[in-house]
Amino acid sequence: MRRILNRLRTAGGRLRSAVSSDGSNEREVATDGGATAAVGDRRRDTIRDSLPVEWELIESAPFWLPPVLLAGFFVYGAIFWNAIISLTDFNGLGEPSYGSLDFSMYARMASDGAFWHAAQNTVVLLVVFTVFCLALGLLVAILIDQNIRFENTFRTVYLLPMSLSFVVTATMWAWVYNASNGVFNQLLRALNLEGLVITLLKPAAVNASTVQWLSWHTTALGAVIFALIWQFSGYAMVVFLAGLRAIPTEHYEAARVDGASTVRMYLRVIIPQLRASAVSASVVLMVFALKAFDFIFALRGDQPGANLDILATMMYRMAFSSLEWAYGSAIAIVLFVLALLVIGPYLYSEYQRGEL
Amino acid sequence: MSTESRNPIDTLQRMENSRIGLYVVLLFGLVFYLFPVETAFMTMFKTQTSFATTVPFAPPSADGFTLAALTEAWNTLRPGLVNSLIMAVPATLLSALFGSLTAYGLTTLDWRGQIAVVVLIIAGIFIPYQAVLVPLSQFWYQILPGLANGFVNTLFGFYTNGNWVYPSRNGYVQLFQLSVTHAAYGIPICTLLFRSYYQSISSEMIEAARLDGATAFSIYKNIILPLSLPMFAVTLIYQFTQVYNDLLFALVLVNSPGSQVATQKLAALTGGVIQSFNTTMAGAIVAALPTLLVYIFFGEQFAKGVAGET
Repeated sequence: MRRILNRLRTAGGRLRSAVSSDGSNEREVATDGGATAAVGDRRRDTIRDSLPVEWELIESAPFWLPPVLLAGFFVYGAIFWNAIISLTDFNGLGEPSYGSLDFSMYARMASDGAFWHAAQNTVVLLVVFTVFCLALGLLVAILIDQNIRFENTFRTVYLLPMSLSFVVTATMWAWVYNASNGVFNQLLRALNLEGLVITLLKPAAVNASTVQWLSWHTTALGAVIFALIWQFSGYAMVVFLAGLRAIPTEHYEAARVDGASTVRMYLRVIIPQLRASAVSASVVLMVFALKAFDFIFALRGDQPGANLDILATMMYRMAFSSLEWAYGSAIAIVLFVLALLVIGPYLYSEYQRGEL
Repeated sequence: MSTESRNPIDTLQRMENSRIGLYVVLLFGLVFYLFPVETAFMTMFKTQTSFATTVPFAPPSADGFTLAALTEAWNTLRPGLVNSLIMAVPATLLSALFGSLTAYGLTTLDWRGQIAVVVLIIAGIFIPYQAVLVPLSQFWYQILPGLANGFVNTLFGFYTNGNWVYPSRNGYVQLFQLSVTHAAYGIPICTLLFRSYYQSISSEMIEAARLDGATAFSIYKNIILPLSLPMFAVTLIYQFTQVYNDLLFALVLVNSPGSQVATQKLAALTGGVIQSFNTTMAGAIVAALPTLLVYIFFGEQFAKGVAGET
């Protein structure tokens, strides 16, 4: 991999030297490390790469090309197709009128209150879920890293929810949040806190004697986020634990010798070194959050206009229940752009660091 | 722990105290991560009247213990479980094999431009599936039958009364479509998992084999494949969990009741206003059973797959 990246870099250097020699700025060429390295590399490249690369490419293509094409068709072909459909007025009957490219679906989106509500919910879910998962995962990882007994048991249980499907966890949490005798409300009742929570969280114009966690607009999104944190904080824990284990013990010892307290040692020395783990974990968590469709769908079916709408559920309802396929496609494109905003910078930085 | 304490026994005592606190916190975590599962497990064995009157996470009383809810959930979900396995096992095997081959081409073989393919494939992991749903259903329900119609005279099979009866609404065909779809969308993540593994294989071995005149295929078959068996275990476990747990693709691609998968059956049991939580909890446990078993027996490999995703 390193070799390929080096080759890419020298190719870039060559390109730059070609450009700058045109512009007659000789000093820039001389100080350009990539350009000088390219001279040495060029000879080696021609010998190494004259025939074998082509030979490998042609001979090995039957193995890797079909999967690449299959994935490429299903992923990028489908997204491109989706973008085209979003520019039509396709309603699911017959063929989309591919010729007419109009942006009316996007205009409709801009003035659609339900869309903005779903978009707002998506962003809140994305940010709150990711931040709390990271914080909880980091805390648990640090606790587990203290040379404790039964470490395997703790790790196994903490990661267990991740092996369950969204549908299963949604079913379980529907019972936990149940208004009349779910776990939370029984707990509140036992602690004599139910009245207090109702006065704090009850939306205006609602008359209720129990907390309706999943149907009040004040609590619904928070309840979903809490359950998702339960399901995926174990993932953040695993990633952080791997990061912690990669830090040399000398760093801990050095901090100890300097007389730093445990809290200070973690805040000043250890946690700053977990940046890479935090970045990769948060990217994956955000993607989970964007895909939280299964959870919300299982929780309340395909009902429209609820407080729990996120872009993913709204897209599905538009395309497959209301048969507004073009509008659904347009929402899907917004969702895709949102995902690109998350993963684009991440992939770019990984590429820059030579990690790909 | 801290430097100002002079008495070593004092320090030890304080360390012990802080460790007790540590274990208390960890046990609290245990309760936090287990209570919904435990609640579901307990509710599953309760009668209709007792689940409404008892504490959710308390075990059923002796006279309130019943297997009726479990039996009902099992009977409802069993066809879904079978369909899920029919769909998920081939999809898992295929995407793991494809991932291995792609990673081989993108790692150990040395060709220009592969970094671009790598970036595109890895980006494919993070695609929200909503962005492909409409074309996907168009592809399976319109384009493919249309193409099949074009070849109607050259293919045999479902051609009756002058019409090409493309069995797209037939149960097993829907499962097949779902399986192929999952196999295709599993390629990116499987490629990434295998790729990070293949990057650690020394290239000298492959160079040597090549000097001996080995072809790309024989290198894969004789060197790479045997070496990657442990990674196959990790990938298969991870990918099986992903495919089995999916609801979205199944909702779009499978609509005949006979071929609905387990997650769909459970979502149907749950959706809307739930009346009998003992049955839905039993359903949740039954539907979770395959991945729970995988997790219990291959927890380590599952964790590796999860961590390898980064």
